[in-house]
Amino acid sequence: MNINATLFGQAITFAILIWFTMKFVWPPLVAALDERARKIAEGLEAAERGKQDLAKAETRSQEALTEAKAKAAEIIALSEKRGQEIVREARDEAVAEAERVKVQARAEMEQEVMKARETLRNRVADLAVAGAEKILRREINPQSHADLLTALQAEL
Amino acid sequence: MSESAGLTSSEYIHHHLTNLVSGHGFWSFDVDTVITSALLGILVFGFMAKVAAKATSGVPGRVQAAVEILLEMVQTQVRDTFHGESGIVGPLALTIFVWVFALNTMDLLPVDLVPLIMGSAGVEHWKVVPTTDPNQTFAMSLTVFFLIIFYNIKVKKASGFAHEVFTVPFGAKMAPFNFLFRLIEDLAKPVSLALRLFGNMYAGEMVFILIALLPPYLQWVLGAPWAIFHILIITLQAFIFMILTIIYLSMAHESHG
Repeated sequence: MNINATLFGQAITFAILIWFTMKFVWPPLVAALDERARKIAEGLEAAERGKQDLAKAETRSQEALTEAKAKAAEIIALSEKRGQEIVREARDEAVAEAERVKVQARAEMEQEVMKARETLRNRVADLAVAGAEKILRREINPQSHADLLTALQAEL
Repeated sequence: MSESAGLTSSEYIHHHLTNLVSGHGFWSFDVDTVITSALLGILVFGFMAKVAAKATSGVPGRVQAAVEILLEMVQTQVRDTFHGESGIVGPLALTIFVWVFALNTMDLLPVDLVPLIMGSAGVEHWKVVPTTDPNQTFAMSLTVFFLIIFYNIKVKKASGFAHEVFTVPFGAKMAPFNFLFRLIEDLAKPVSLALRLFGNMYAGEMVFILIALLPPYLQWVLGAPWAIFHILIITLQAFIFMILTIIYLSMAHESHG
């Protein structure tokens, strides 16, 4: 066991190796490790966020579905009501039209009846005058008895 | 054991445990320790720097994952023990663990392999495990010691450090005793760090050499279990050196009272 100047030589070598490790070995590796740890942390966070987003989207889609169903039911109900309204309106219109046609027909009929009666009256008056003329050929002057005949005509 | 060399057992052991020294007296260098540790340092730290340069924060390859596991092990130890703010403790701990582990691993090479290769190249000695050289272990532990002193002064300021040295644990009236206690306590740190590692590796290497003295057909009986056990020892010693360094630096950052 002899101590000699190798002591200093090896101390210098040791110091150089420490410096070398401090400069070229330790920092890049620690930086890489820290960076990887950060990446992993970010990845885990992103996964967690993705999971939450998915859950949120599911809730949203469920809500949209429910809303759409409600709206569809509303529309169906509305259209049914409208359909019934249309049918009722059509019926009312038809009834009104029928009534109108009936009234018109009755008016025309009455007019016809009036006309026929007029004609008949004239005809009866003529016949009566003709009959009376035949019966009373001699005594009756149509001009002098025109008043009488007109009164008779009005009575028919 | 190289029978052809015609060495006795004690000569063989002595040969294998002698450093290749260049120079005389204190100002000499253990060339084998310097070169082996430098080559291993360049190899291992160069490899890690290459991996670090290409490191991706995405999906890592197998090599990057392996280096990351190592770094995270060190980082966990530092985080669990060291609560101060310092950019050096992590890299320092990683450097210690990786370098000591690499140097210790040389223990698993067959004891005759490197001396044989170097011997054929005309080099007389080549102790291939740098951590069996106390110069190596003391170089590291004294560096750690100076870092301890540096951070004591940096964190507590010179006055705070001096106050702690002279008043803990017995109070201001017993200042000389406090100082003596502190001196022993702090000096014990580098000495124990260095001698623990050196002792373990030296003893381990010694056992490998003794096993190599057995007849070749018997060597595996002891050699295999000892080598497998030694995988644990080299890792454990590297880990202990690292963890104690972290603890000592953590203590330097905290006030003793």
